[in-house]
Amino acid sequence: MSMRDVVLSLLAKEPAHGYELRQRLAQALGPAGGALNPGQVYVTLSRLERAGLVEAREVAQPSQPDKKVYELTAAGLERVMDWFNDLTWSKVAPLEFHLKLVAAAATRLTDPVALVDSQRLELLRELRQLQELALRESPDSDGALLLEGASLRLQADIRWLEVCQQRIVEREAR
Amino acid sequence: MSMVLEARGLVRRYPGDGAPIRAVDGVDLVVEAGEAVSVMGPSGCGKSTLLHLLGGLERPDAGELYLGGARVDGLSETRWAVFRRRNVGFVFQAFHLVDELTAVENVELPALLVGVSRRAARHRAMELLERLGVAERAGRLPDHLSGGERQRVAVARALINQPLVVLADEPTGNLDSRATGDILRLFGELARAGQALLLVTHDARVASTADRLLTMRDGAIVAQTRLGAGTSVAGLLAGLAELGGER
Repeated sequence: MSMRDVVLSLLAKEPAHGYELRQRLAQALGPAGGALNPGQVYVTLSRLERAGLVEAREVAQPSQPDKKVYELTAAGLERVMDWFNDLTWSKVAPLEFHLKLVAAAATRLTDPVALVDSQRLELLRELRQLQELALRESPDSDGALLLEGASLRLQADIRWLEVCQQRIVEREAR
Repeated sequence: MSMVLEARGLVRRYPGDGAPIRAVDGVDLVVEAGEAVSVMGPSGCGKSTLLHLLGGLERPDAGELYLGGARVDGLSETRWAVFRRRNVGFVFQAFHLVDELTAVENVELPALLVGVSRRAARHRAMELLERLGVAERAGRLPDHLSGGERQRVAVARALINQPLVVLADEPTGNLDSRATGDILRLFGELARAGQALLLVTHDARVASTADRLLTMRDGAIVAQTRLGAGTSVAGLLAGLAELGGER
């Protein structure tokens, strides 16, 4: 996923200036938006303009400096449609931890069961934070939906850690 | 904070092939009022046996157990039963609801047994069923409830006498996320009311709400960790880091 696709898709609803786009993005992300650099939308807009995917027009404002209103070009719209049709899914296979575990079991430099324990604690802490954030969100908001997705993924990872641990314990018992 | 539950050197052995298996092997544990503690560990590590010992459903082979300041490991069956009714709430996977009683009658039963008036018992029972989203099922027999509804009725029953300690084994096992949320909220209120909660669960959402996590292995507690509160948003949501990437 790139910021360009995100900004283009936000602009696909109707022409808007940078500040409006930032607000739309913040609305869609909820608390997750806190991690976002505010300047990113503006930087991306100027890159999109250079690439011919959006066009900017200056609009005079009575008491403030002119503002730039951006609009999708035909090429921009095409790219948005490509984005909708692109089925890439961000992969979260816990490859790194898996390899750590294999190495721990082989070298015995660290106890694999304890390794799983510490990792699980860390993920439980994250899950707790997500739940606390979710409690503060209105349940119907877009932000809450994203938090639910993040929480379900974490839960799946934690379940996998339990499977890992069970496997290790069973092997050691043999 | 006052101590609600204390175990010292708790041991429980089961007969094994050769030497007896120590299902619980010298557990020391203190739970304070208002504290929620989650016990984790691989299956067979002794979690459920520990819960049974703490609630007096099984007797330890060695060790001491104090509940609400009173030593209880030496109590007779009868006196344990009386003590338990008032001070310990169980939420276990097997619901053990009385088939002949309606949902609300099941819930109020422990209150009636300790001498609460019918009116007060019914009032509190309905309140709990309401909170757990099953008030409209109050008049049904257990046979006419879904698995998740029976479980919520069992939770209400465990809480009706406002026990010192609630012991829960997979309290959200059969529940959808909404009902799980109702139970978690109720557990949160237990803590605020100064009741202690000890739970065994594979449900990460439930475990993550605990104040403290105990990790068990081969009958012993090998780690204790405070989860603590945190509200940092940055870096919490993995996908967002990718947002910065340019293609």
